[in-house]
Amino acid sequence: MTVRALRIGGGAGFAGDRLPPAVDLVERGELDYLVLECLAERTIALGQQRRLADPELGYDHLLDKRMRLLLEPLVRTGTRLLGNFGAANPLGGARRVQRCAAELGVPVRVAAVLGDDVLAEIDPAAPAWEDGRPLDEHGELVSANAYLGIDALLPALASDADVIVCGRVADPSLFLAPMAHHFGWRPDDHGRLASGTTIGHLLECGPQVTGGYFADPPYKHVPNLARLGYPLAEVCADGTAVVTKLPGTGGRVDRMTVGEQLGYEVIDPTGYRTPDVVADFTTVQFEEVGADRVRIGPTAGRTRPDELKVSVGYRAGFRCEAEISYAGSTAVARARLAGEVVAERLAGTGLRLAVSLIGVDALHGPGPGAAGRPYEVRLRVASVGAGRELVETVGEEVTALYTSGPAGGAGVRVHTEEVIGVVSTSIPRAAIRTEVVPVGAT
Amino acid sequence: MSRRLLELAHARAGDKGNLVTVVLIPYDPADYPLLCARVSPDRVRRQLGGRALGGVVRHEMPNIPALLFVCERAAGDTVTVSTSLDAHAKSVSSLLLELPI
Repeated sequence: MTVRALRIGGGAGFAGDRLPPAVDLVERGELDYLVLECLAERTIALGQQRRLADPELGYDHLLDKRMRLLLEPLVRTGTRLLGNFGAANPLGGARRVQRCAAELGVPVRVAAVLGDDVLAEIDPAAPAWEDGRPLDEHGELVSANAYLGIDALLPALASDADVIVCGRVADPSLFLAPMAHHFGWRPDDHGRLASGTTIGHLLECGPQVTGGYFADPPYKHVPNLARLGYPLAEVCADGTAVVTKLPGTGGRVDRMTVGEQLGYEVIDPTGYRTPDVVADFTTVQFEEVGADRVRIGPTAGRTRPDELKVSVGYRAGFRCEAEISYAGSTAVARARLAGEVVAERLAGTGLRLAVSLIGVDALHGPGPGAAGRPYEVRLRVASVGAGRELVETVGEEVTALYTSGPAGGAGVRVHTEEVIGVVSTSIPRAAIRTEVVPVGAT
Repeated sequence: MSRRLLELAHARAGDKGNLVTVVLIPYDPADYPLLCARVSPDRVRRQLGGRALGGVVRHEMPNIPALLFVCERAAGDTVTVSTSLDAHAKSVSSLLLELPI
């Protein structure tokens, strides 16, 4: 008798991902688990801001929308949901899921995983990984979240919860946890944990493994990109898997898409560190075993790190970005002049300005694009500074270019926002206390 | 006539705090040794210019096959506090692919 593979869908690769493909995965994917990864580095710190304003908030701002689309099909198909959409407030997020379920008349059991918030535990004078300076020297600290691993999620999976809401968890662990739970992998089974981590890493960015972030015609074509399907993995008990997508969806899954995603955001391919294992990505082999089906072979692994990474959010001041467009064969010259004028008018403020021309050098500086003479060009002036009022003067001076700048300026847009910076540190595992809290129906 | 890297290989950039990573994969695995020989960390650092002011480390992944470049960004040019239009530096994959080979 063959054991059925465990089917896990990757329904979101970031907070802004599309929602319908996740619903499609639940409806047609015969999934055991749907995983939603919704947290970038800064998202928790921004959630923390919302929570400070209202203690009930701080979870993913699209939570209601996600639940309204997903809860009914999840329950109807018997698919469990696991995701970090609790962000800065997993308990609040879990309660909100329960409320959505009640409104929809869908019976679900919801649990929150707590313990990633370590703001009270970290040493504010500890050096940041990035620059060695004390954490609190960067600015007022507003959040500190440890990257939890599968050991925090397994008790929730062992409970009867249909929906598991967590905050900061290492992205691959969101996928590895259902595998370890289902197959009973032990914490010292480094090979299987590393293999499952590879699968999690491939799925954690959702459609980036199924043809998203990939099209580059005429070199790289993606069929039906508009109807891009999101990924699912068919995982075997030995930790190997087939990564694929639903029939009839757009996109592609092959050695090229899988290869790009394996190397995505990897610092050391021989030692990819998560809270669960250290995986050696140079040991995994891919094999195309069918249309849009890639078999992921085993990955070698080593003992997990003793310490957990912590993302620390701090107040980094305010950022103003202001833009104005120029057109015509002399557009570049007028846009440059406008930039010089703004810089001279702001010279006394002490603000450090980033002045660039969109269409020429805004992305890569004086690189291959800088020699071009586009017909349309957009001046961009940006600055980060300590005070909102001071930084807003950048937008005021760019706006004033309408009457007080070169000829033909058009289309001014100004955006000012508070900046939450993020630096990293680590914390011993022993300092972490995780907890699973079932949320009763209300 | 010199070719550009984009005719031989594809790439994806990712961000990690003050680092930007770029994975470079030959369309034809037979070109992997050529990439190893021609796309040195030093050439990558020069090509990325202001987006990688620190060092560039190259990792080899012959199993894909792929080269992985881990590039250090300028102080103050990290994802969260950058003033660049592309705060994540994710567009540098396209810059790398313009490299003449």
